[in-house]
Amino acid sequence: MNREKYTVRSNERLTAGNGFTPDLSVWKMVLSGDTSAITAPGQFVNIALPGRYLRRPISICDWDSTTITIVYREVGVGTLDMTKLAEGTQVEMLTGLGNGFKTVDCGTPLLVGGGVGLPPMLGLAKAYIAMGVKPIVVAGFNSASDVILTEDFASAGIELHISTMDGSAGTKGTVMEIIKDLEFDCFQACGPKPMLKALAELPKPGQVSVEERMGCGFGVCMGCSCKTTEGVKRVCKDGPVFDKEMMIW
Amino acid sequence: MVSTELKTKHGTVKLANPVITASGTCGFGRELIEWFDLNVLGGMSVKGTTLSPRDGNASPRIAECHSSLINSVGLQNPGIEAVVARELPWLRENYSGCIITNISGFSIDEYKQCVSKLNGTPTDIVEVNISCPNVHNGGMAFGTVPEAAAEVTRAVRECTDLPVFMKLSPNVTDITAIAKACVEAGADGLCLINTISAMRIDTLRRKPLLANVTGGLSGPAVFPVAVRMVYQVSHAVDVPIIGCGGVSSASDVIEMMMAGASAVEVGSATLTNPCACKEIVEALPEEMKRLRIENIKDIIGIC
Repeated sequence: MNREKYTVRSNERLTAGNGFTPDLSVWKMVLSGDTSAITAPGQFVNIALPGRYLRRPISICDWDSTTITIVYREVGVGTLDMTKLAEGTQVEMLTGLGNGFKTVDCGTPLLVGGGVGLPPMLGLAKAYIAMGVKPIVVAGFNSASDVILTEDFASAGIELHISTMDGSAGTKGTVMEIIKDLEFDCFQACGPKPMLKALAELPKPGQVSVEERMGCGFGVCMGCSCKTTEGVKRVCKDGPVFDKEMMIW
Repeated sequence: MVSTELKTKHGTVKLANPVITASGTCGFGRELIEWFDLNVLGGMSVKGTTLSPRDGNASPRIAECHSSLINSVGLQNPGIEAVVARELPWLRENYSGCIITNISGFSIDEYKQCVSKLNGTPTDIVEVNISCPNVHNGGMAFGTVPEAAAEVTRAVRECTDLPVFMKLSPNVTDITAIAKACVEAGADGLCLINTISAMRIDTLRRKPLLANVTGGLSGPAVFPVAVRMVYQVSHAVDVPIIGCGGVSSASDVIEMMMAGASAVEVGSATLTNPCACKEIVEALPEEMKRLRIENIKDIIGIC
């Protein structure tokens, strides 16, 4: 973990909004700075925003030795502020927070992302590829207009299996419509709770990344606690990734 | 000179500087030590502990507001046995300053049992929380009626020779009445203020934002309220006061001490910046120089 200043290199809209403010659009921001504290895909950053009292925790989509990519949805005042950060702006962030995903030696891993749960799967997919393992990646969205990151996964050599609730892109229905026909040995997922629960019910080992409203992001305030089979855990410090057996749905 | 002291009938606690981490914002030190050497701190008030382990309230537990946040954690803690066995010994090994063990209860008997278990532990001060707004049937209930506050104070006082500081609630008509009741019942000192009862609504879901409906407001927004209450209480009683509530800078530390605090607790600032306390300690000498303060003890209650 560290606390450093980062420079916004790009900040672009990936999906159209709904016309309201905040408009629920999805954005991608690339920042440059010290990335040495990031040790695993699925970790998150906590961004300080001028005029907002608490930081905003956002999962890391991808990173290299000098840049961090985050993908976020404009859902409230903080993420709305983030959409307005212009190229060249300095922001202060805590980085390398949370445990992140462990790459597992299980044969064929299945990575599943639901909506803005997909971004951390890019970093995880790249980690597997670096190990010589090719994961299957399934992404679920509401509609074709919500689909994100297809090119980023393609550049990493991965073709996304896409499902949409309205059938406007890929397979119609939830990610489970695709997954029921796939052969894989373990899964790792991030997305809405019903999706994670459906995956956890499959007879395969798995890890899920969960979300909770946070205070500090580094484990002192107990704001983001969730009940697990091993007692109360902090999503920010003990998680956000938990073995599926630990989850109490 | 940044050192200060809390002079009480049950001993004088010397602090290398007036900055203490507020209970509930530093765990038991294990997380903050990843960010800085704890020994820079004047004191550490650790996570509020109850007789039995507590899971705390349902989530969401945090709501942001302008210059503040509301929490409804609800005293999640591993219980006094675990704190005595694991957390306090660990903290003593890693921190040589003043350890303030914060306890809470749901009955007079629970307070007594909790404090009794602290005798012989590396505790320099017992901070008795009678002001948690987030637990039902207890917590704040003891801190809003002078007779009940006095009863807890008396009960705890009988069970220990450690200095006892009562942590007061701002959610009262007259905080000086509670303060006086605690001091008359034997409190060595007071800590104020705990959080202010507050609420936010999720307008999209049309429901309270916190699962617990209400929570406690903290952060810079409450600082002027805390300064006012510390000022009033310091004029009403003659025991050391630890000022708490929105302190976020060296300047705030000095203002709180001028209001009558002998030391301060820094809480929410840590949640926004893990190194806040360290940075405040480091900034103090320069701020004192600017304000022509040679010895920080000289400004306690000076205004």
